[in-house]
Amino acid sequence: MRAPAGFTWAQAAVALVIAAFLLVFLIIPVVTVVYVAFADGAGNFTLSHFGSFFGLSLMRESFWNSLYVGLWSVAIATLIAVPLAYFTVRFEFRGALLIQTLGVLPLIMPPFVGAVAMQLIFGRSGSVNLILNDWFGFTLPIMDGLNGVIFVEALHYFPFILMNLVVTLNNIDSSMEESAQNLGASGLRLFRRIVFPLAMPGYVAGAALVFIKVFDDLGTPLVLHQTNLLAPQAYLRITAIGIEDPIGYVASVIMVIASLAALWVATWTMRGKDYATMQRGYAGLARRRLGPGQTALAYGWIVLVLLVVLAPHIGILLLSLAKVWSFSVLPDAYTLDHYTAVFQDSPRMIWNTALYCGIAATLDVVIATAIAYLMLRTRVPGRNALDFTVTIALAIPGVVLGIGYLRTFRGIEIPFTGELLTSSWILIAIAYTVRRLPYALRSCVAALQQLHVSLEEAAENLGASKRRTILRVVVPLMAGGMLAGFITSFMTAAVELSATLMLVSSQNDAPMSYGIYLYLQSAAGRGPGAALGILAVALVAVGTYLSHRLLGARAVSAKDIQRMGA
Amino acid sequence: MRALLTCFTAVGLTLFAAAAPAQQQVSIVTSLPKDLTEVYKRAFEAKNPGVKVEVLNRGTSAAIAYVREAPASAKPDVFWASAPDAFEVLASENLLQKFDGRNPAVPAKIGNYPINDPEGFYYGQALAGYGLMWNTRYLKANKLPDPKEWADLVKPAYHGHVAISSPSRSGTTHLTIETILQGEGWTRGWRQILMIGGNTAAITERSFGVPDGVNNGQFGIGLVIDFFGLSAKASGFPVEFIYPTVTAIVPANIGLVANARNAELGKKFISFALSEPGQELLLNPRISRLPVLPATYAKAPQGYPNPFSGKIKPKVNFDSDLSRSRYYVVNALFDQTVSFRHRELVAATKAIHEAAAKLAGKSNAQAQKLLAEARELVYTPIVSEEKSKDKEFLALFSQTKRDALKIKQLTGLEEYWNSSARKNYLRAAELANQAAAMAK
Repeated sequence: MRAPAGFTWAQAAVALVIAAFLLVFLIIPVVTVVYVAFADGAGNFTLSHFGSFFGLSLMRESFWNSLYVGLWSVAIATLIAVPLAYFTVRFEFRGALLIQTLGVLPLIMPPFVGAVAMQLIFGRSGSVNLILNDWFGFTLPIMDGLNGVIFVEALHYFPFILMNLVVTLNNIDSSMEESAQNLGASGLRLFRRIVFPLAMPGYVAGAALVFIKVFDDLGTPLVLHQTNLLAPQAYLRITAIGIEDPIGYVASVIMVIASLAALWVATWTMRGKDYATMQRGYAGLARRRLGPGQTALAYGWIVLVLLVVLAPHIGILLLSLAKVWSFSVLPDAYTLDHYTAVFQDSPRMIWNTALYCGIAATLDVVIATAIAYLMLRTRVPGRNALDFTVTIALAIPGVVLGIGYLRTFRGIEIPFTGELLTSSWILIAIAYTVRRLPYALRSCVAALQQLHVSLEEAAENLGASKRRTILRVVVPLMAGGMLAGFITSFMTAAVELSATLMLVSSQNDAPMSYGIYLYLQSAAGRGPGAALGILAVALVAVGTYLSHRLLGARAVSAKDIQRMGA
Repeated sequence: MRALLTCFTAVGLTLFAAAAPAQQQVSIVTSLPKDLTEVYKRAFEAKNPGVKVEVLNRGTSAAIAYVREAPASAKPDVFWASAPDAFEVLASENLLQKFDGRNPAVPAKIGNYPINDPEGFYYGQALAGYGLMWNTRYLKANKLPDPKEWADLVKPAYHGHVAISSPSRSGTTHLTIETILQGEGWTRGWRQILMIGGNTAAITERSFGVPDGVNNGQFGIGLVIDFFGLSAKASGFPVEFIYPTVTAIVPANIGLVANARNAELGKKFISFALSEPGQELLLNPRISRLPVLPATYAKAPQGYPNPFSGKIKPKVNFDSDLSRSRYYVVNALFDQTVSFRHRELVAATKAIHEAAAKLAGKSNAQAQKLLAEARELVYTPIVSEEKSKDKEFLALFSQTKRDALKIKQLTGLEEYWNSSARKNYLRAAELANQAAAMAK
């Protein structure tokens, strides 16, 4: 049979396989959750569970609390990220790269681990409050109640705003700013009227991501003992009352709706506001000098912000080395025992993390590359639906996906072993794959977009088949973007707890994030837990560095070739 | 590309390896901390080469739900937890199986409480008492005296310094609450619980949240199970622990799950946990639990509490039938009126403390009356003692047959408790403030 115009049968087959994967591991589980939330005992449609849900003032409160925490986290994250991005991109600034790198560091530590450290530093009897109380006789309730959750989440997720802002700010045509200056605008007015609106798309995308992440986070509220939020309520309902409890499903559905709404707001704000400037990147020329006073102020602010941002890391490092740290500014004595304990007890967990995240990131990159190719280079019907579905995954909280898996695959056995799918680690790896696919997809699409189609046409003109062209030209040239996708997927999967907590069914199969959570549940386990946290950070950092070293040269040459081609 | 292919093959191979038949393994569902299970896992694996111990840590109620919901072909083998009522719940749902694995050297009773289940569904593996743990540095810095009894915790001086977990999340906290209720009676007991609740800085999500907060100095005093206090002290934290007089010593149990996949190995593990070498592991400073085998105490370090010596005198004879019959009611009532209305309860209690301090030594009958009224509003349980014994009322909370109508009834009831608690606490704070204003 002859293939229709615009695609080959092989391409269609790949699209089908991907669609099947997404259907089984994303759409059906989520639809199941929605179904249970709306179905009565006999399977008929009912709004009764929603009525019951909103009849509970606890659930109403959880809903408002989740919104409150989400919005405030975005606000605080903005306060941290905007000056960092603006100063380092638009002004001549020593150490701009260092600041931007340090600014991304929070992402590679699980936020709930940070929460433990923050208690020790900013908590009721944390270092800061002990000093304040000693010197000035008052304390700051930074970590009390929801404040603590907001503070920890904002510190953890502000890099999403920072990274997006740095990119958009770099892309702003400096002539815009110069024109405004010629017309007499300066200082805050210039920032408010020109720079910020131009950077809006990046900001909104980052802010929406922060909101979704915070809304979804389970570990941080649990560690801080805040249960009146939607994610903890869904988790507690399902684990304590049982998989049959419909209220947990209703909470899940509401979380999905809120996340989708955030995504929608982000796209809606940006619609019709295409600020893409004609010629790109004279940013280098626009860097201005600050006066001595301004420099001091800017550096002062940045150092202060970075100190607060790095506080969880410093705290965890201290905790992992501390013998006893109780009601004192710094630990009493130091030891390396906790690291020994971790290597004795939990090498398995370190291996599990590497395995699951490796599988997830590999699958992500393969699927994402395929989707990117189908989208940009073929006309397979439904290619945009694939992209859309993957993007939706961004709005599906880990708790919801976990609940969906437990319910959908309940009682299903892995062939030949009799082992249950729900109690095997395979589901954990798949959950990671699905949850991190959007990140990988974005970087793969970006990589392919920058690749001029003439290179492929040249290869085909020289007689290479489609397959050969993809393998020998497209994939090598996309390597940089694929690597970026791999790293992002791997990094963020390594610190994932929401879905993990729902899906782990035995310690032997548990990844590090779960291990840290478990360790932090006993007096003698705090040190080892912190040590495992530091190891997780180290693992991710080393992985990132190594892959840069291995593939970095190739990524650079790909850029060069692309420049020649374009 | 080759690298990609290699990755792909590796993924395929590992997936295949995962699907290969498992070796001999015994799987344990437990609410006990990793410090404890890790020691047992290692000892048992060393003794039985080729056997793997699989541990799943869950909170007690989540562990029950896990056993209940695991399909018949994949039930875990051993259930191991602190709270006796968890085992009662499992036994009543036919989720445990009898087997004769008792160690004859273990006495039949501790006080009046049988150590092993009389019907043989589960065995006491360690003993646990409930008590108070405090951070000595914290109390010194805040110039607070050491507490001795539950009743001390209602004192105004301790306001904002106490922490407790929620009984619906933590089996051990449920026991503590139940012990107070049985020791003081329903109405007086709830009065005390609500007063303590009003003095708390936080209601933590897991039972470990309390000792953890006391260890690092977030909280001054915590209501905890003994081994949390003892093991923290043994790990070097500046904490102390005591048993108050209203305490119950109850066994932490271990039992064989019905339809266990590896029942023989499960039995072997339970027998090991009850044997002399198994009991000795409890003395590990990181574990610090009380063995059920009296002989093991001979090997304990000095000052180790020994419940068989008669030094700890539990006043309460814990009635686990009573506890089980109202398990869900107590949990739901605590959550709706204390955990979830924590802010209002603390605010009302603070207002009452302040008013009482201002009125002290003054004879203002009207102000005293307002204050008494405020106290009544806050510290009277919403469910009366009579109602708590009503069979029909209790049946509403049973776990079986939850249809849409019943869920609506239940959530309606929970909502009523929650909103009345809120209303009462706000009103009480108002009354207390009025009373305080009159003191001038």
